Amino acid sequence: MRQRSLTYRRGIDLGIRLISGLAALFGVAMLGWILSIVILKGMPAINWQFFTELPAPPGMPGGGLANAILGTLLITLLAVLMGVPIGLAAGVWLAEFGQQSKTAEAVRFAANLLMGTPSIIIGVFVYVAIVMTTGHFSGISGAVALAIIMLPVVARTAEDMLALVPSALREAALALGVPRWKATLGIVFRSAKAGLLTGILLAVARVSGETAPLLFTSLNSPYWPESFNEPTANLTVTIFNYAMSPYEDWQTLAWGASLLIAASVLGTTVISRGLLWYRSK
Amino acid sequence: MIQTVTTEYQDQQRKRPFALHSTKAQPLAEETQIKIATRGLNFYYDDQQALFDNNLEIAANQVTAIIGPSGCGKSTHLRTYNRIFELYRGQRVSGEVLLDGQNILDSSCDVLELRRKVGMIFQKPTPFPMSVFDNIAYGLKQHYHINRSELRDRVEKALQQAALWDDVKDKLNQPGTALSGGQQQRLCIARAIAVEPEILLMDEPTSAIDPVATARIEELVDTLKEHYTIVIVTHNMQQAARISDYTAFFYKGEIIEFGATDKIFTNPDNTKTQDYITGRFG
Repeated sequence: MRQRSLTYRRGIDLGIRLISGLAALFGVAMLGWILSIVILKGMPAINWQFFTELPAPPGMPGGGLANAILGTLLITLLAVLMGVPIGLAAGVWLAEFGQQSKTAEAVRFAANLLMGTPSIIIGVFVYVAIVMTTGHFSGISGAVALAIIMLPVVARTAEDMLALVPSALREAALALGVPRWKATLGIVFRSAKAGLLTGILLAVARVSGETAPLLFTSLNSPYWPESFNEPTANLTVTIFNYAMSPYEDWQTLAWGASLLIAASVLGTTVISRGLLWYRSK
Repeated sequence: MIQTVTTEYQDQQRKRPFALHSTKAQPLAEETQIKIATRGLNFYYDDQQALFDNNLEIAANQVTAIIGPSGCGKSTHLRTYNRIFELYRGQRVSGEVLLDGQNILDSSCDVLELRRKVGMIFQKPTPFPMSVFDNIAYGLKQHYHINRSELRDRVEKALQQAALWDDVKDKLNQPGTALSGGQQQRLCIARAIAVEPEILLMDEPTSAIDPVATARIEELVDTLKEHYTIVIVTHNMQQAARISDYTAFFYKGEIIEFGATDKIFTNPDNTKTQDYITGRFG
């Protein structure tokens, strides 16, 4: 039996390490590239007016995206108010009551499907369900679309986080004669607090960049958001409109909005990571 | 004390007329007050039967130890007394558990009130993620209308009964999880006795705790039996011999032998019991 060449084996090892290392580097480099361009092009747009003023007509100096920033915040807040309670309740049901039953498996499967559904389809659905029925675009329909996107994310992370709570703690609460719902809200939730918050923040990060569902629902508006019952300005559709416009100052504003969204998604993700780290400590 | 007999049990008797004799469970002396009695208790995890026709009598204000090798059904048996097994899908029970003569497995039995009367201490200490004070107050507020000063008194009393007051009186607002393992377990005992139960179920309460803390809890069990009926599942035969008045030996889901602890540990009737307590298996 002849021993295989050690040099050859070392060579293969080195080659594979090199290739996988380069692939990893490529991924990180792409992110770095995107971020650097967004920062480079977006920074000039970021100033006091950007956060305080309404958009100016093309060619006019000044103007900002204050209405779109406020609109995005309001739509997201409304989406959180609708999506999070339902998502949490669904997660509670899956983890605490449904467990491994057939119904629970079906719900889990449906949630996974919904999570994988392209957001434009959800946009079209809400367009047909709400926009066409009411006869006009509205901020509330946008919030509904985002809430539907958040729903499965919140439900599944909530389920995972509740499942991490040791069953001994659950039993201890029930063994005191506490009803199930009270033990869940008072003891299990308290114990899974950081994880649940992380799930909510991840869901917010997930929807804050969504454009397609809002195109069909909230649309956009050059005015302050005054009512959820009319088209509502928001950052992502603004990027979509302004980036494709022929006006240079609008394009700059679109870069500024991109930077703002990228920074807030990054911020939310970092905070949720921090919470998980704090929890595992 | 034993009054009603369900039809299910009668059916079983018809099918297995010698079921009672097969358990070798010896009834307690005539004058003993029986707090809990199980009659023809079977338990199933899905399709797998884990307890077979358990007949056991637990004497009031005494310590009854349940011993036996791992997986013999000790904890399973204990967990029927407060119906905590109902938390899990696929766990089923048949037969009767009579608490003061009432079948607690009956659907008419209020499980919340049952669990107030029957407290439970677990293998690992399970302090709630809240302050020492709130850990005790949580269950109290659940069962009683109580004002703040009364609440303070009751919390203090429970902590004193659990021999924990001197350790924690200056840190009532610290999280319960910050206490040592032994203190956490006594916190759980205090939490259980705060709601004024009649029975304390202890499922290997000292297996996760160091020897010094174990000794303290054993002393505590000895003082608590004045007020409470105690059933303790233990892996530790010396512990059973030290703290219990009666001992039941479980093997493969059956009660092989039951009687006064002195007798079980010095002169058991069954060779299986003999083999187990002398360490020949288990």
